[in-house]
Amino acid sequence: MRLRPTLLALVATIMATPAMAKDVTLLNVSYDPTRELYKAVNAAFVADWKTKHGDTVTIQMSHGGSGKQARAVVDGLPADVVTLALAYDIDAVSDRGLLAKDWQTRLPDNASPYTSTIVFLVRKGNPKAIHDWGDLVKEGVQVVTPNPKTSGGARWNFLAAWGYALKLPAGNDDKAKAFVKTLFQHVPVLDTGARGATNTFTQRGIGDVLIAWENEALLAKKEPGGDQYDVVIPSVTILAEPPVAVVDKNAAEHGTREVADAYVKFLYSPQAQDIEAQNFYRPRSPEVAAKYAAQFPKVKTFTLAEVFGDWRKAQAKFFAEGAIFDQIGPGN
Amino acid sequence: MRRRVLPGFGLSLGFAVAYLGLIVLLPLSALAWKASDIGASGILRLFSSPRTWAALKLSFGGAFLAACINVVIGLMVTWALVRYRFPGRRILDALIDLPFALPTAVAGIALTAIYAPNGWLGHWLVPLGIKVAYTPLGVLLAMVFVSFPFVVRTLQPVLQSLERDVEDAAESLGATGTQTFLRVVLPTLVPTLLTGFALALARAAGEYGSVIFIAGNIPLRSEIAPLLIVQRLEEFDYATAAALGVVMLAFSLTLLILISAVQRWTQRWAEQPA
Repeated sequence: MRLRPTLLALVATIMATPAMAKDVTLLNVSYDPTRELYKAVNAAFVADWKTKHGDTVTIQMSHGGSGKQARAVVDGLPADVVTLALAYDIDAVSDRGLLAKDWQTRLPDNASPYTSTIVFLVRKGNPKAIHDWGDLVKEGVQVVTPNPKTSGGARWNFLAAWGYALKLPAGNDDKAKAFVKTLFQHVPVLDTGARGATNTFTQRGIGDVLIAWENEALLAKKEPGGDQYDVVIPSVTILAEPPVAVVDKNAAEHGTREVADAYVKFLYSPQAQDIEAQNFYRPRSPEVAAKYAAQFPKVKTFTLAEVFGDWRKAQAKFFAEGAIFDQIGPGN
Repeated sequence: MRRRVLPGFGLSLGFAVAYLGLIVLLPLSALAWKASDIGASGILRLFSSPRTWAALKLSFGGAFLAACINVVIGLMVTWALVRYRFPGRRILDALIDLPFALPTAVAGIALTAIYAPNGWLGHWLVPLGIKVAYTPLGVLLAMVFVSFPFVVRTLQPVLQSLERDVEDAAESLGATGTQTFLRVVLPTLVPTLLTGFALALARAAGEYGSVIFIAGNIPLRSEIAPLLIVQRLEEFDYATAAALGVVMLAFSLTLLILISAVQRWTQRWAEQPA
């Protein structure tokens, strides 16, 4: 009876196909700078799914500040997938029971299919000779970075600066605190989000250096007027890992589990990794990374886990109410 | 109760109460309910923070100044619009409402673009030492902008119904221009000016969208109270955010009650025979 399973499968397929060839809609709730990235990724995924399964998937996007987006999902925005700036924001969604606590181990590489890092954008020709974190606190240098209290990207910036000071010879928490405090005394404007800070630096001409996501810095350089800026890679910086996850409860409710799982896994595929690299995110795949080696210079990075443990700890230590940022941020 | 020509006191009162309850009181009581989560220690911490006070001072102090400026300028603009006929008057009249129609973020970005050190006005002002963008002055400017229409629009109908004969009469009885203005015109306008003042103040104090772009948002210097609320929300600390909201509401309510008391007092004063 070797034929039987095959026959059954065939019958099942025939029965199931008309019912399965349905239109599926996914909602991906993401953060601000990923607009261009997911536009390209979604088109590729929709085509891929259509050839493999015959179903038409429509992917809707919502973009905004990472924390605000997480809050929207907690408050009922029916996201099937979240792709945010930092794990803390997905932790917050998971705390409200919308997805399993172990979400970050369900996908490879801390559930971050692509990474980025924190670099400097300076005025053309680097007139203030800014080459490393230490140069940001030189006399007369103005630094633009958003507010870590309201921006996920700014939290990566803060931790990158802290990690740099900590890793200096004889570095310790007190010295790091002193360094970051001085750094923030050089900040004239605290925008609420990363895009706002980029605009303050590029459009308003404020500051000598913008601390930014590498993907934002490279994008700013590609836009009209981008030749007015240079990207500077500091001696050491943080490996920023923007994570992705399927929102269990919503996917189960919408019956989109299968597609949602395939979608987040697709982000790790060679095809998607290539698109991510094109959009200035560092791919995880070594092959794709090799292909784009010219675009992503070698940079010495440390991870959040190595220096700070995890996001919950980092949040409590630095960014919670009354924590280190409140003690040393601008105005103090 | 005397019978009215139009029926339906019970119906209209019932509707008014139900509607206000649903639209205004329900969300506000939810806010107060949420705020009660932080408890006495949370409230104490909130009030002992210099940042809270600095932000409240900037939001309400800025709103107060903005409302004062709008009362003076608004009176002048309304006077010109109502009392004189000149080419372009209708266009000017229509322009008044623009701050209402414009998304506040657009206003904030436009003001910032103009007053930033590389902006049209900014690159003249900054070398003179006048910094507007990213300072409390910028906050004030944005507040003046968004609350400007309130004074003009409340004052306009009153000024239109104020007969010119009254001024002529005052003049024919030997009053000087200043006397006519101070003792005849102004007293009739004061209650309306106060209404406009109160509306402008309330609007400016709660303003977030436009101010946030021009403020610079530096704690203790140019950080407005609504931004503190947003920051608490980012920390998923809904209770403290709600408590700050309640504090702002309490401030606004107190100010509005005070203004309405002054208004009643000035109305009596205006009705007294001189």
